[in-house]
Amino acid sequence: MRWLLLKDLQILRRSPLQALLLVLYPILIALLVGFAISRDPDKPRVAFLNEVPEGSRIAVGDGRLPAIGVEDRICAAVECSHVADREEAIDEVRSGDVLAALILPADLVDRLNSLASLNPRTPEVDVIVNEEDPVKARLVDDRIDALLAQANLVAARRIAAEGGRYLGLLIDGGSFEVLGQSIEILGLRRTASILESVRPVLPPGPLRDALDEVLRFAGLARGNLDVAEPLLDRVAQPIVVDKQVISEPVPPLQVFAIAVAATLTLAFVTVLLVAGSLALEREENAFPRLTRGLVSPTALLVEKVLLGVAIGLVVTLLMLAGVQPFVSLEWSRFGLWVVAVVATGAALGAAGAALGAAAREVRAVSLLAFMVTLPIALLSLVPSGAVGGGVYDLIRALTALFPFRPGLDAIGAALDPAGGSLGEPLAHLAILLVAYAALARLALRRFAAV
Amino acid sequence: MRARGLVKRYGEREALRGIDLSVEAGERVAIIGPNGAGKTTLLSILAGIVRPDRGEVRSPNGRVGWVPQQAALYRRLTVEENLLLFARLEGHDDPRASVEEMLELTGLAERRSEIVARLSGGNQQRINIAIGLLSRPAALLLDEPSVGLDPRQRARLWGFVSSLGERGTTVIFSTHDIQEAERYGQRLLVLADGDGLFDGTAEELRAAVHSEAPEAASSDFETAFVAFLQHRGH
Repeated sequence: MRWLLLKDLQILRRSPLQALLLVLYPILIALLVGFAISRDPDKPRVAFLNEVPEGSRIAVGDGRLPAIGVEDRICAAVECSHVADREEAIDEVRSGDVLAALILPADLVDRLNSLASLNPRTPEVDVIVNEEDPVKARLVDDRIDALLAQANLVAARRIAAEGGRYLGLLIDGGSFEVLGQSIEILGLRRTASILESVRPVLPPGPLRDALDEVLRFAGLARGNLDVAEPLLDRVAQPIVVDKQVISEPVPPLQVFAIAVAATLTLAFVTVLLVAGSLALEREENAFPRLTRGLVSPTALLVEKVLLGVAIGLVVTLLMLAGVQPFVSLEWSRFGLWVVAVVATGAALGAAGAALGAAAREVRAVSLLAFMVTLPIALLSLVPSGAVGGGVYDLIRALTALFPFRPGLDAIGAALDPAGGSLGEPLAHLAILLVAYAALARLALRRFAAV
Repeated sequence: MRARGLVKRYGEREALRGIDLSVEAGERVAIIGPNGAGKTTLLSILAGIVRPDRGEVRSPNGRVGWVPQQAALYRRLTVEENLLLFARLEGHDDPRASVEEMLELTGLAERRSEIVARLSGGNQQRINIAIGLLSRPAALLLDEPSVGLDPRQRARLWGFVSSLGERGTTVIFSTHDIQEAERYGQRLLVLADGDGLFDGTAEELRAAVHSEAPEAASSDFETAFVAFLQHRGH
C-alpha cells in the first residue's frame, strides 16, 4: 500500500498546477469565507454626512437640551465613512464601498423642535442605498431600522431625563435658567415644610383647614410625582429584552468561522483528491492490472482514503496555522484538532471514493465532487429558524447524510471548549465512513468492468 | 494453459459460445477475428479479470501476465518509476534489478527518466508489456498489442514479442490483422461472433480457406479469409 501512496504523491508532485490548485485554492477560498463570516456584523460600513448646523439643540419647553452626541453614537454602532457632501455619499454607495449613506439634513433639529409647536413637521433623515440584490436590500433595511430605533431611543431617553430634571425641580426645588436669568424654584417639599412650620401658629378654623388641604395636596402631588419620574424613564424604553439561552454554550463567532473554513478546505481537498485519484486508476487502465492479484480493491480504497486524510490533515493544519496571526487559537487542544480532522477527513475521503467509483472519469468526478460538496456545505450552514420548520428538517436530514456537518461540529468542538461534545460528531462520522466505504466498494464492481 | 467450454454472456448477447483452447509451453498463439468476435473477452477470461458464465481455465503455475489493449501504466510517472512501482507491488526481492532487466529487455534504458506520456505509442506498449512480464509469467496474454502503431513501431514490437517466445514464455495475443497473425503466430485460433471457427497453423488455415472458399482462392489471403468467414455464416 505504501508504494501506491508513494506513486500517488509522485503523480501529484508531477502535476504542479493541479497540486497548487488543490492546495492553494481551497485555502484561499476557506480564508475568504472565514474572514467574511468572522467580520463583526454589528459594524457595517456606512457613509455619514451631518448637515445639522453646529450648536443646534433640541428644545424642551423653554429649555434646550445639551448635545446628545448622535454622530458619536451612530459611529459607535457602524463604521462611519465621513463624506463631504451628498454627491460623495452617492458615489460611495454606488461603488459598493459602503452599505448605505446616512444623511442628517440641516433642518433635522428644527423639525424636531417643531413637534412641540402648533405647526409640527415630521423630522426625517435621508438614507441612500443601492439595493442591487434582495439580500443586500433586506440587510440595509434592517440595519437602518435598527440604527434609527437606536437614535430615537437616545433622543427619547435624553428628553425623558430632561423631563425628570424638571419634575425634580418641581418636587425638590432648585435653580432654573430662563433666557440667561437664573430663577429659584421653591419646590413642593420645601413649600410643604414652610406651610407645616406656619400651621401651629394658626388658630383652628377655616384658614387652618384650608392650609391642611394645601398640605395634603402637596404631599399627594409629591408622592405621585416621585412615581412619575421613573415612569417617564421607562416610557423611553418600555420593553427590555431578557434573553435566555437554552442551547449548549457555543464557540465565539470567529472560532466558528475558522471551523467552517477548515472543514470547507478539508472537504474540497479530500473529496476531490480521493475521487480524482481513484478515477485516475481507471483512466490509466491500471485498475484491472492492480486488482489482478497485486492489490485488493478494498486495499486500494483504503490507500486512497489514507492519501486524502494525509494531504487533508497537512493542508488543514497549515490553514489553521495561517489563521493564527488573526485569531488566537488554543494550541493546547492540538491533539483534539488532529483527531477531529482525521475523522472528518476519513469520512469525507470515503465519500470521495464512492463518488470516484461511481463517476469513474476524472473530469466527471471533479464536476460531481463540486456539485455535491458545495451545496451540502452551504446547506450545512443554514441556521434553524432561518427557513420554515419542514424545510429545515429536510436540510438537516440531507446534511446528516454527508460528512460536512458532523465534520464541522467535530472541528468546532476540537477548536474551542465551548464547541460542544466531540463524541457525538465522531460517532456520526464513523457511521458515515463505514456507509460510504461500503458504497464505494460496491461501486468498484462496476468500476472494474472492461 | 487449458480452457474448456468457455461461455460468456453480456445481457442478451453471447460473447463466447463454448470455446476450447489448449496452448503448450513456449508456444505463440494468435487469436484472430473481426471486431466483436470475442477476442478480448477470451483473453480477459484467461487472464482472470472476467469470470466465465460456464467453462474452466487452467493456468500454468497460476502465473499469467496480462497486457491490456490500452497501455495500463501511469503516464505522469517516468519509465523507471512505472517499472519500479509494479516490481515492488509484485514483491520482487530486488525490484531495482528487475527494473534494470526490463529496461534492458525493452531497449528503453536510455529513456528511463522520461515521462511515459511523452513516449511514442510503440514505446508505451513496450513498457506495458514489460510490466506484464514483471510477474515472471509462464504465459503472457496480449490484447491487440499493435493497435495504433505505425509499421516501424509494429516491427519493433513484434521483434520484442518474438524474443519472449524464444526465452520460453508462452505468448497468446489477439489481433484483427490476418497477416500479423499469420506472420507472428505459430498457431491461430479464429473467432467470430463468439464461435471458435478454426484452430491450427497458418498453413492449415490457408488450406481450409482455399477448400471452403475456392472462389476466393486467387485473391489475397485477407480477402479469402473474409470469404471463409462468410461461408461459415459470419
